[in-house]
Amino acid sequence: MSEPTGFLKIPREKTPYRPVQERAHDWQYIGPKKVPYEKSARQAGRCMDCGVPFCQSDFGCPVHNAIPEWSDMVSRGHWHEALHSLHATNNFPEFTGFLCPAPCENACVLNREQSPVTIREIELAIIEQGFVSGWVSPRVPTVLRQERVAVVGSGPAGLAAAQQLRRRGFQVSVFDKAKHPGGLLRYGIPDFKMAKSVVERRIEQMEAEGVEFVMGVKVGKDRSLEELRRDYDAVLLAVGAEAPRDLVTPGRELGGVHLAMDYLCQQNRAHSGESSPPTISAKGKRVVVIGGGDTGSDCIGTARRQGAKSIHELSLLAVPDVKGGGDALWPLPSNDLKVSHAHEEGCERIFGVITTSFSGQNAKVQQLHAIQCELRDGQVFHKPGTEFTLDVDLVLLAIGFVGVPEGFASSTPGLVQRPNGTLAGDSNGMTTLPGVFVAGDARRGASLIVWAIAEGRQAAVAIERYLQK
Amino acid sequence: MLGSSNIWVLIQLVTLDDRVMITTQQQQGLYNPRFERDGCGIGAIVNVKGERSHTVVRQALTILQNLRHRGAQGYDPQTGDGAGIITQKPHAFLVDVALRLGVSLPSAEDYAVGMVFLPTDAGQRNEILTIFRNQSERVGLEWLGHRSVPVDTDVLGEAAAIVQPAVYQVFIGRGRAQNDDLAFNRSLYLARRLTENFANVQLGPAASAMHVASLSVHTIVYKGMLLPEQVSTYFLDLTDPRFTSAMAAVHSRFSTNTFPTWSLAHPFRWLCHNGEINTIRGNINWFRAREVTLANELFGEFAAELRPLIAPGQSDSACLDDAVELLMLTGRSIDEALRILVPEAWQKNTFLDKARRSYCEYNATLMEPWDGPAALCFTDGRVLGVALDRSGLRPCRYTITHDDTIILASEAGVLPVPTEQIKIWGRLKPGEMLLVDTMQQRVISDFELKAKAAGQFDYSGWVDRHITQLESGAESESDVVADLNRQQTAFGYSREELITSLAAMAVSGEEAVSSMGDDTPLAVLSHKARPLFDYFKQQFAQVTNPPIDPLREDMVMSLTIYLGAKGNLAAPPSSSALLVRLESPILTSVELSQLKRLPALKTRTLSTLFPVATGVAGMQMALSELIDTAAKEARSGAALIVLSDLGVDASHVAMPSLLVVSAVHNHLINLGLRSRTDLVIETGEARSPHHFACLLGYGAVAVAPYLALASVKNLVERGELSRRVSSQEATNSYIKAISKGVTKILSKMGITTLQSYCGAQIFEAIGLSDELIEEYFPDTSARIGGLTLSELATETLTRHIAGFKKSTSVGDLPPPGGYVHYRNAGESHSWSPEAIATLQHATITNSFKAYSAFQAIANADVGSPLALRHLLAPVSTKAPIELAEVESAADLVKRFTTGAMSLGAISQESHEALAVAMNRIGGKSNTGEGGEDPARFAAVSKDNSQNSAIKQVASGRFGVTIHYLINADEIQIKIAQGAKPGEGGQLPGHKVDAQIAKLRHSTPGVSLISPPPHHDVYSIEDLAQLIFDLKNANPRARISVKLVSEAGIGAVAVGVAKAGANKILISGDNGGTGASPLSSIKHAGAPWELGLAEVHQTLIINRLRDRVVLETDGQLRTGRDVVIAAMLGANEFGFSTAPLIVQGCIMMRKCHLNTCPVGIATQDPELRKRFRGKPEHVINYFFFVAEEARSIMANLGIKSFSELVGRTDLLHQRRIEGPAKSQHIDLSALLHRPEVEHTAVVVAAGFRPDDYDESLLSQCRPALEDKTPVVLSRRINNAQRSTGALLSGEIARRHGSDGLADGSITLRFEGTAGQSFGAFLAGGVSAYLVGAANDYVGKGLSGGRLVVAPPPQALFDQEAPVLIGNTTLYGATSGSLFVAGTAGERFAVRNSGALAVVEGVGDHGCEYMTGGVVVVLGVVGRNFGAGMSGGLAFVLDADGLFHLRCNTGMVDIQRMTSDADQSDAVLLRQIINRHIGHTHSAKASAIMANWDWHLPKFVKISPKKECISDQKRTATATISSARRPASHEVHGHV
Repeated sequence: MSEPTGFLKIPREKTPYRPVQERAHDWQYIGPKKVPYEKSARQAGRCMDCGVPFCQSDFGCPVHNAIPEWSDMVSRGHWHEALHSLHATNNFPEFTGFLCPAPCENACVLNREQSPVTIREIELAIIEQGFVSGWVSPRVPTVLRQERVAVVGSGPAGLAAAQQLRRRGFQVSVFDKAKHPGGLLRYGIPDFKMAKSVVERRIEQMEAEGVEFVMGVKVGKDRSLEELRRDYDAVLLAVGAEAPRDLVTPGRELGGVHLAMDYLCQQNRAHSGESSPPTISAKGKRVVVIGGGDTGSDCIGTARRQGAKSIHELSLLAVPDVKGGGDALWPLPSNDLKVSHAHEEGCERIFGVITTSFSGQNAKVQQLHAIQCELRDGQVFHKPGTEFTLDVDLVLLAIGFVGVPEGFASSTPGLVQRPNGTLAGDSNGMTTLPGVFVAGDARRGASLIVWAIAEGRQAAVAIERYLQK
Repeated sequence: MLGSSNIWVLIQLVTLDDRVMITTQQQQGLYNPRFERDGCGIGAIVNVKGERSHTVVRQALTILQNLRHRGAQGYDPQTGDGAGIITQKPHAFLVDVALRLGVSLPSAEDYAVGMVFLPTDAGQRNEILTIFRNQSERVGLEWLGHRSVPVDTDVLGEAAAIVQPAVYQVFIGRGRAQNDDLAFNRSLYLARRLTENFANVQLGPAASAMHVASLSVHTIVYKGMLLPEQVSTYFLDLTDPRFTSAMAAVHSRFSTNTFPTWSLAHPFRWLCHNGEINTIRGNINWFRAREVTLANELFGEFAAELRPLIAPGQSDSACLDDAVELLMLTGRSIDEALRILVPEAWQKNTFLDKARRSYCEYNATLMEPWDGPAALCFTDGRVLGVALDRSGLRPCRYTITHDDTIILASEAGVLPVPTEQIKIWGRLKPGEMLLVDTMQQRVISDFELKAKAAGQFDYSGWVDRHITQLESGAESESDVVADLNRQQTAFGYSREELITSLAAMAVSGEEAVSSMGDDTPLAVLSHKARPLFDYFKQQFAQVTNPPIDPLREDMVMSLTIYLGAKGNLAAPPSSSALLVRLESPILTSVELSQLKRLPALKTRTLSTLFPVATGVAGMQMALSELIDTAAKEARSGAALIVLSDLGVDASHVAMPSLLVVSAVHNHLINLGLRSRTDLVIETGEARSPHHFACLLGYGAVAVAPYLALASVKNLVERGELSRRVSSQEATNSYIKAISKGVTKILSKMGITTLQSYCGAQIFEAIGLSDELIEEYFPDTSARIGGLTLSELATETLTRHIAGFKKSTSVGDLPPPGGYVHYRNAGESHSWSPEAIATLQHATITNSFKAYSAFQAIANADVGSPLALRHLLAPVSTKAPIELAEVESAADLVKRFTTGAMSLGAISQESHEALAVAMNRIGGKSNTGEGGEDPARFAAVSKDNSQNSAIKQVASGRFGVTIHYLINADEIQIKIAQGAKPGEGGQLPGHKVDAQIAKLRHSTPGVSLISPPPHHDVYSIEDLAQLIFDLKNANPRARISVKLVSEAGIGAVAVGVAKAGANKILISGDNGGTGASPLSSIKHAGAPWELGLAEVHQTLIINRLRDRVVLETDGQLRTGRDVVIAAMLGANEFGFSTAPLIVQGCIMMRKCHLNTCPVGIATQDPELRKRFRGKPEHVINYFFFVAEEARSIMANLGIKSFSELVGRTDLLHQRRIEGPAKSQHIDLSALLHRPEVEHTAVVVAAGFRPDDYDESLLSQCRPALEDKTPVVLSRRINNAQRSTGALLSGEIARRHGSDGLADGSITLRFEGTAGQSFGAFLAGGVSAYLVGAANDYVGKGLSGGRLVVAPPPQALFDQEAPVLIGNTTLYGATSGSLFVAGTAGERFAVRNSGALAVVEGVGDHGCEYMTGGVVVVLGVVGRNFGAGMSGGLAFVLDADGLFHLRCNTGMVDIQRMTSDADQSDAVLLRQIINRHIGHTHSAKASAIMANWDWHLPKFVKISPKKECISDQKRTATATISSARRPASHEVHGHV
């Protein structure tokens, strides 16, 4: 807050994505090619240095980024210091910088009467400045400890925990069933949202810091958890909550009806050269994406770039209010209509509907049957007489996740899975097995990357405390 | 910890000490007698020729009776707080009465008479008399006999009679080998002190009934627990015509208790005192430091038996009396003793010549000033003098007659004098002394006294030889600290602190400002390792003495300090050692090394580090080693010990600097070594003004803050400052800011010199254990226990480890902070994001369910306690009842008020919404100190009334007109506010828009200053006068007085209750909704729980609880808070922050920047549009609070709220989750219930005005009712006070702000008017006074005209007799005042619209003026125009030295040359002509007769900058508004 009235003088200015006609035809990052540092510095000057910064509270940022501090630093041009401050709470500001839906901006005090500070973009600018300037270098521990920790899963939670523990001097090995580390960051997020190189440079840093990555090992199958407990002093399960929610409806078995994550993963593998061109392609097809969340949006963007003929998005929820109305009270999450970059690129959105069945021929889906509905107290009520049908070639199911990978919990005796699919743990994240911790989506259910990072960091603290006892 | 087992210092003294304080009340609960204070009136009469007569005695007793209104009574109206008289020894009378007892007295010079209070038990009495006789003979005196003094017990009040002592006179002869008077006096002193000691040993507690009121060859004191008129009826001697004296001094006391304490009545043995010595704790400590040497020199073999020389457990005045006596026993005269103890403000007085400065400086090296408001009347029986403190905070007027009599008193007019006898009407000026020498048979002026004293020795030569100075510090490399970040973290710095505090100071040279109070937990409740400084709260002056304005009255302030071994009071000047004069106590590394290199100053540096490895136990060991080493060094001749924590590293940790300073300082005092050795602390810890103040207050004379200075440099290098400055500039600015901050901290206690503050321990500890306090911070008040030494060591190590942990990361910054702003991992805040959001959601949606979520957070039902009340819980003793049976919420909310937030501090939208909400529910909103738009006084409709029920009267008196006052249900005198008690305020110019300027009678865009003190409240009797003024102005309104919690507030509250207040508001330290200096928000004042409980208990003990309603505020938020406050004693409850949160406040803490983004604390029209608060939300909130309280009441089985008040038996201390250190907290003192019956509050049954004022009002009815002009003539005397206020209130009630038409009422008075003559005088009333008037003439003048002229028959031997007193036209908004004579200090202070002409003024003329025109046709005192931001003044600058007397901080001076603006000359001429018309002033006529000659001698004084373009407009407006309120465009004569 180098200037107390910055928020009155400087209007909020988001960095626009590249034009739709340009970006929708390539797989490059949707945003500008160059990070607009100066603009971010100017936008940071809008921060009011609130006495109570709701942005960093539980209403806002789960890792409690010191937003007022680094906004101030950036607005004064102290990028390096800002990076220190940012890294003090967030291991991977670039992941959140690219991908976070920014609850901090919703909670920003300026969002109450005006429009919030562009916190996510400032964060991204700080970390990119850091990489460009060579400030992000491996922080090799000065004191090494003998205790060994196994981290299962290399998504954001696992990575954050691994990096924190390594920096405290522990011997850390990260196991993942996939060929390359990164979890959903690599396999779930399309390139146009975040390039694979962004993940890779972090992995390189962690390797240089001394984190061991053991890839292609599926714990519970290739190597048992008991084995890990024997070989390591502590184990962290950061296996995510990737078990998909499926649609139980007639015609689900028809060809052309796919789970979103299957669709996205194979496209991501193809991009990185990990596998051949995708087998599920939207090219020339009439596509329906069921589910109005972020995953659905990723499917839309991917389908658009693959050359879909048409795209529909079906949401169970009714059309939200446009900004300004509604009963949501700041700083609670607002109920606004959110228009993602993928929506901008073209798709038809249908709200308040539920799919009743699929039909088709030759085991291939051709029609989707749906009906308008209403949600009351978590119950779905059909509106009779509002049935309709869409002609489809490809249906993508993006309706959420139901917990840790199937069979994971049952592979290890003593591990308890909660009804919601997550692994049970105490307040420190320790599971029913001593020395075995859980973090991230595997603990709290499918959620934001920033929550995964927060969980990973908390788990590192809990594990260190456990090992010191 | 404060139960009966507690050994409180005072109790110990009461039982063990020789000089016993007779008090029927001992320390209990939160009440502690050490805090008692007094105020009063003094008077004296002397026959200058030394002719003794009984008339003098009789006249003195008349004076005493005429000072009755300055004294007070307790719950028993027949028992006064004390009154007495000192006269010359009535030799002839005593010879007669002694002879009748068979005692033959020798010649007058050869015996002393002692006036002694003795036990009523004959056995005990005789025992003491025997001791007295034996001890007198032991020291070589001759015991001649004793006499029972005849008294009339029947005149006593019941309370006084119960503890009435037996009054005796003892006669002691010169005896053998006492041929020199000094030796005789020393022996008399010895006899008295030894008798007191032996009586204590032999009689035990019974000896407490003994008190030697006087024992002297030349004087005698008659005093007691009496009303003024009882003195002569009780002591039969005084009416005996044989009882003669040439001089007599009298005293009428107003004390802050109701306990009969005969010994505390004045006069003491040598003086009587009106005022208070603020620095008493330090003075006593320093006396102890010196007394070994002094006692040995004076009393030889007896020395050891006499220490401490200043007997503990006495009042401040009694201590001063002791000090005077001891200085006299070194051979000094009584006036010399007073000059040393209570010196003038010489340091910045450019009018003093070198000899006099050097004389003052020499004295300063011997003795720090005994500082505080003081009018002192002293006598040794041959001379009688009066002296005023350096700031002139008490009044003293005198009359010299043509028949050689001088009458001196707190007021003019105390003794009628035939007009033709009047020769001089004068007044004492600040720092002045006047001496009547009956041997020389003349009155000796201040100038002659001081010039003579200064000439007795070559003081200039002495100063040149013995005092040296450091060269001003250049920058050096040594200010750079290696591993800065680690050091910063280890000493507890945060980034927040670096940026918001240090960087701010380094840029602006001003202390950092914040807003919205303090919602973090007490240090002892915090989970963080907080610096030891955080456990200490600054104390501050309220009511019994005034805080000083260190900015506008810089002329009295001084940070100068002398470093080195101090001189011996009993030795001649030549024998002193080298001293170093420091202009500021903050040393850079360069300066410190210069100091260490001075060859003549033997310096030793002692490290205060201890090895980390030795852990918690290591600190205690290191500390005791350090103390011993320091003592050893002092013994071996070190003149300076530098305690240093330089060199902190991974294995060495610094002991808390405050701990080492206080420990070493007190140890050296106890060993009698402190005056030989000085202490400097070099520490990385000190960085905020509070830290420096603590270190100085506990005994360091200078501080070298190496890490703070290195941090400032680092901030400059890193470009963290908002402006580009060099690191030298930044360092200088930082030091300047700290100096200003320290100055302010001492000024808020009313202390003006650092020398007196040093070691004065003006702090209260909250959350430190008794052991820690007793061992290292003796005499510091600590009432709830807490942190032990080992926990302190743990905190120290925790911080250190955080800085030096083997972290793997490089470049770690200090932690972000969170102490001011909320930060996720920082300190807890009660206004957390969750608390704010849930409360807003609850009140917007009117959901009690949502409120319950807030309530759970706010009551700390989950998580750690944040406040003392969270440690308390109601306990049920009865079965619960149905909620429906409990008093309704609609009734409860009537007990709620909103806080004093002015329009100006908050926006109009916010202010009005609060008023509407409170009026709808029957609660009360408060104007704050910014006045109120009269349009709001009239209700629009019942539901939308915007009239604030409480009208505040604060020190700035903005908008306080008679019309404003008459529209109040309650008038609140704000003495202090929680966020910054003891300080004034400033509304920055950018917040003063046209509307606000109109309400405050000022100029838009110009900053407005509220002075730290009420300039009409420097003492408790002054407050009584202000209350009396306001009751006269609006007899229907309740008068409340707002105080801030601190140790000792109970005594203050008793004083306030006795002064006539109907309600007392106790504010906690955490409240505050506007801007304040950061260190004040955090470190001044105490929680309301402590203050409220202390006040409630103390009022009960004094049997005054039924006289006043108690209210409390300071972060009250929930029904539970309300219930606990009620149980601790509150009847009503104030809320500020919470209602603002409900209106949308999100605790931005940007009130000081005018950028409030929710339109509350801003005047920016754009931001104000963002205001979304609604009265309904506020109403919802208060009903939630009430409902919550009701449910608690239902659980307790209590139906009516009034049953809760004071029920501490329904509270217990609960153990809840919290840091380990909080587990030792003991709140039993809060829960103490005094065993005195008390009844429920009887709200004052209306005010009955004096008959004098009633009859004025009734005779003026024709003018009020039918506008028939009325002319009245009256005699007046000084007992008639606030004349005109009652009448004016009635005029405003009927006719509004405009009053009546000019000429409607003409009042002609003759005589000497009492205080507040013409207060709040309304338009249409003209009051002509032939004679003189006292202080506060024209206070709050609201359109009326006042004229004061001397009696034409008087034969003055002076040019401009003093006609009116101090602090005139205070807060006047319109009207006019013409005085054909001189006024006292602070003429037209805070005038914002009146026109005035006067023929001479004292110091601080036109201070803080914001409007109006003042013409001075004569000499002005110093500091004219200080803080004057508006209006105009013209001064006749006859000697051409006006520029030296003017404070040009805010004003420009222009000479009225012929080429100057002619409209000014026209205006001036017109005004002077009016003056002649009203007063027939000879002086004014002479000026007009030769206008062209005199005009160029005039200077025009006008505010700088913004106002200049508005001058003419202001002047014109003033001319019209001088008669009429500014809103009326009436042109006419003034």
